Amino acid sequence: MKKSDKTGRVAMPEQPPEVRIRNFDEVPLGYDDEQARTEASRCLQCKKPSCRDGCPVQVDIPAFIGLIAEGRVLEAAAKIKEDNCLPAACGRVCPQEIQCEGRCVLAKKGTPVAIGNLERYAAHYASDHAARHGLGPFVTPAPPTGKRVAVVGAGPSGLTVAGDLVRRGHDVTVFEAFHKAGGVLIYGIPEFRLPKRIVQEEVEYLAALGVRFELNHVIGKAISVHELLEKEGFDAVFLGVGAGLPSLMGIPGENLGGVYLANEYLTRVNLMRAYDFPRYDTPIVRGRNVCVIGGGNVAMDAARTARRLDAEQVSIVYRRSVDELPARAEEVHHAQEEGIHFKTLCSPLEYLGDDRGMVKQVRCQIMELGEPDASGRRRPVPVPGKEATLDADLVIIAIGGNANPIVTRQTEGLALNKHDYITIDENGATSVPGIWAGGDIVTGSATVILAMGAGRIAAQDIHRFLCERN
Amino acid sequence: MSTILKKTELASKIWQIEVEAPRIAEKALPGHFVVVMADAFGERVPLTIADFDRQAGTITLVMMVVGASSLKLSRLEEGDEFYALIGPLGHPSEIKPLDRVVMVAGGVGAAPIFPIARAYQQQGTEVVTVQGARSADLLFWTDRLASVSVEHVITTDDGSAGRRGLVTEPLAEQLAADSEKRIGGVYAIGPTPMMKFCAKTTEPFCVPTVVSLNSIMIDGTGMCGGCRVTVAKKTLFTCVDGPEFDGHQVDWDSLMSRQRTYHTQEGFAFGRMLAEPAPLNENILLRQNEEV
Ligand SMILES: Cc1cc2nc3c(=O)[nH]c(=O)nc-3n(C[C@H](O)[C@H](O)[C@H](O)COP(=O)(O)OP(=O)(O)OC[C@H]3O[C@@H](n4cnc5c(N)ncnc54)[C@H](O)[C@@H]3O)c2cc1C
Ligand SMILES: Cc1cc2nc3c(=O)[nH]c(=O)nc-3n(C[C@H](O)[C@H](O)[C@H](O)COP(=O)(O)OP(=O)(O)OC[C@H]3O[C@@H](n4cnc5c(N)ncnc54)[C@H](O)[C@@H]3O)c2cc1C
Ligand code: SF4
Ligand code: SF4
Ligand code: FES
Repeated sequence: MKKSDKTGRVAMPEQPPEVRIRNFDEVPLGYDDEQARTEASRCLQCKKPSCRDGCPVQVDIPAFIGLIAEGRVLEAAAKIKEDNCLPAACGRVCPQEIQCEGRCVLAKKGTPVAIGNLERYAAHYASDHAARHGLGPFVTPAPPTGKRVAVVGAGPSGLTVAGDLVRRGHDVTVFEAFHKAGGVLIYGIPEFRLPKRIVQEEVEYLAALGVRFELNHVIGKAISVHELLEKEGFDAVFLGVGAGLPSLMGIPGENLGGVYLANEYLTRVNLMRAYDFPRYDTPIVRGRNVCVIGGGNVAMDAARTARRLDAEQVSIVYRRSVDELPARAEEVHHAQEEGIHFKTLCSPLEYLGDDRGMVKQVRCQIMELGEPDASGRRRPVPVPGKEATLDADLVIIAIGGNANPIVTRQTEGLALNKHDYITIDENGATSVPGIWAGGDIVTGSATVILAMGAGRIAAQDIHRFLCERN
Repeated sequence: MSTILKKTELASKIWQIEVEAPRIAEKALPGHFVVVMADAFGERVPLTIADFDRQAGTITLVMMVVGASSLKLSRLEEGDEFYALIGPLGHPSEIKPLDRVVMVAGGVGAAPIFPIARAYQQQGTEVVTVQGARSADLLFWTDRLASVSVEHVITTDDGSAGRRGLVTEPLAEQLAADSEKRIGGVYAIGPTPMMKFCAKTTEPFCVPTVVSLNSIMIDGTGMCGGCRVTVAKKTLFTCVDGPEFDGHQVDWDSLMSRQRTYHTQEGFAFGRMLAEPAPLNENILLRQNEEV
């Protein structure tokens, strides 16, 4: 067992970098019971826990950590589940440093309680226990109400709505475009960061509670949203279709072979298992010199994936400096450990191809930091005449995205904002009676926990609506 | 659902597959496509809806075996189910009020072009069809296409049926003979080079030319960006902005180089699958336990 210092956090054991870049297994290995108790006992059990204000769904952090410290881990897991139905995922992917842990009183000393690690530990303990002792679901659903709810999209927001409403006795059907449920948790975030089994378990758990999953259904195509309400007999619809639609910069060479948008690259690898080609039929370009454009979680995931697919040199090309990287701190740290090169203050101008139309170089503009912009971050400005050319046989563009139009364009009367995201009120209701929405399709690309929080709010209002309706 | 009801070999390596898909059949229009997966290990393959029967709740796909995934799909038998089948995707064809259209079908393109030709014929447009293939034994649906056409010209590369030569020759003749300018549009569906040369042929005549692009796809719903093409110098997504585009504006070289992206790997997978002795379903059973 490793302890950084007397007052420091208990470090989580991890696969060493030189080993993990050769596999897709999870990087952090999880706390054992003793490590968890030691870490839990560092919590001061504050009367006014500021950590809780930092959590978008206000998990009762001191309470669950107190239970872990006492060894009552199953109760701790149940406590978290009151506010967060996917603790195993959130413990791994929440940007804790700007949420719960960022607000922990110990953060000032640089040693906040490892809330995410403990959340992950409790969730793992509970599912392990359930697997061994065959414990049934935590809750038994309320008696059937006879009301039917359609959830469109099986991402974190949709799964939360489904779980909350099935427990209250409603008949819930989830429609998902892909052949697997989970949304970005399945096709976007890689296995080495969030094992697919965790999402699978949650989906199976919901199915056991009675949620029906209709996979391979693109709503807005085979069935429209209005038809769900008018023809298919649903009383309410929740839209959790995610952000979708990746952006490009509109510079020359973006459509060369070997230039991917991160969504495609990650979907091929995660959902279609291209890393296991040819056992799985979907191929992927394996580059030697890889440039990833962007500095968020998506860029880190793409870069670390490329590293695991034989790349010798992987560079993150980012137009600001390391301090402004929007990715989770842990991802940046892990990427650095894995030998990912950070080519900061650098922005692509053009992709150059070979005679076969495959990318071979990226011509970049060198930047410097200027005055702060509206967001308070220093704006990157081009240094006149300074350019760099990087070799690249694989480029992955991860610069964000736009609103997914398939459902929104075809649903009459649905109010959208100027960027085509769905407008909702404080209860998650859209402009069309009977239709609610939440997650990335409302906020634009955000986080798993925010999507789940939005699902929770909408579920509450849908429940109220269904009870009043008769 | 998505059960294969009927499977027929129309020509060597070209299969007609009728699938139970009531929800897709109900909404299908000419020009729509579906995405299918043969099994849990499969690729997501886009295929045009070549016909549909709303009453029976079925759609018809016509597929040519060109590589590993189409080979795997062709090995599914009547009674089997696709692992995944989604649709109808893409924009349907815009059936414009025209006096006369020329439909050019190359190879397996005869199937996707049929419902479009039929829609034109049903609204009273005169349809001229030019159907090309490498040789006579690769022609199919000639009777269907003839039944909706006022004129039906066949070309083969080797002259074993119809005229010897390429589809672009009769196409050029049709346009040259059209002194009254009654031809308001040309559709070209087939292999990418054929579509490119059809568009080049019609360009001097300034006749609007619609092509159906077959870029490589994953989701088919606008999420991944893999199917992007350059049309009129803009980047568009074939699955949600197409698949039909103005052939005079398509950047053909970019499309073709993107289609070649996986050439080596796909070639390897094809060889491996051709050599794989066990029937597909046994493979699935064998491998199912490995699936996480
Ligand atoms: C690579 C990557 C890494 C990320 N890393 C993090 C991280 O570390 N931490 C974090 O908190 N957040 C992270 N995020 C963001 C987070 O994953 C999203 O904010 C979250 O998943 C949004 O949830 P959602 O339910 O709104 O939508 P999604 O997860 O996008 O799910 C939407 C679902 O709806 C389906 N769908 C879409 N259209 C239709 C339709 N017409 N009919 C039926 N189904 C449809 C989609 O297939 C999908 O399954 C990351 C995102 C990506 C892409
Ligand atoms: C909207 C759309 C509709 C389509 N409709 C039909 C249809 O009705 N019938 C049909 O037979 N095919 C159709 N295609 C093409 C079909 O999807 C491909 O033939 C199939 O994906 C090839 O997979 P494969 O693994 O068997 O071949 P691969 O091993 O992937 O490829 C073998 C050869 O085909 C080429 N190729 C690869 N992908 C495509 C592609 N998408 N289009 C053209 N060539 C390709 C490769 O360059 C290679 O030379 C359609 C494609 C699109 C995008
Ligand atoms: S859900 Fe996320 S933000 Fe909330 S306590 Fe857990 S890890 Fe922290
Ligand atoms: S702020 Fe930190 S120390 Fe206080 S209760 Fe929360 S986790 Fe514990
Ligand atoms: S196939 Fe993914 S965006 Fe078109």
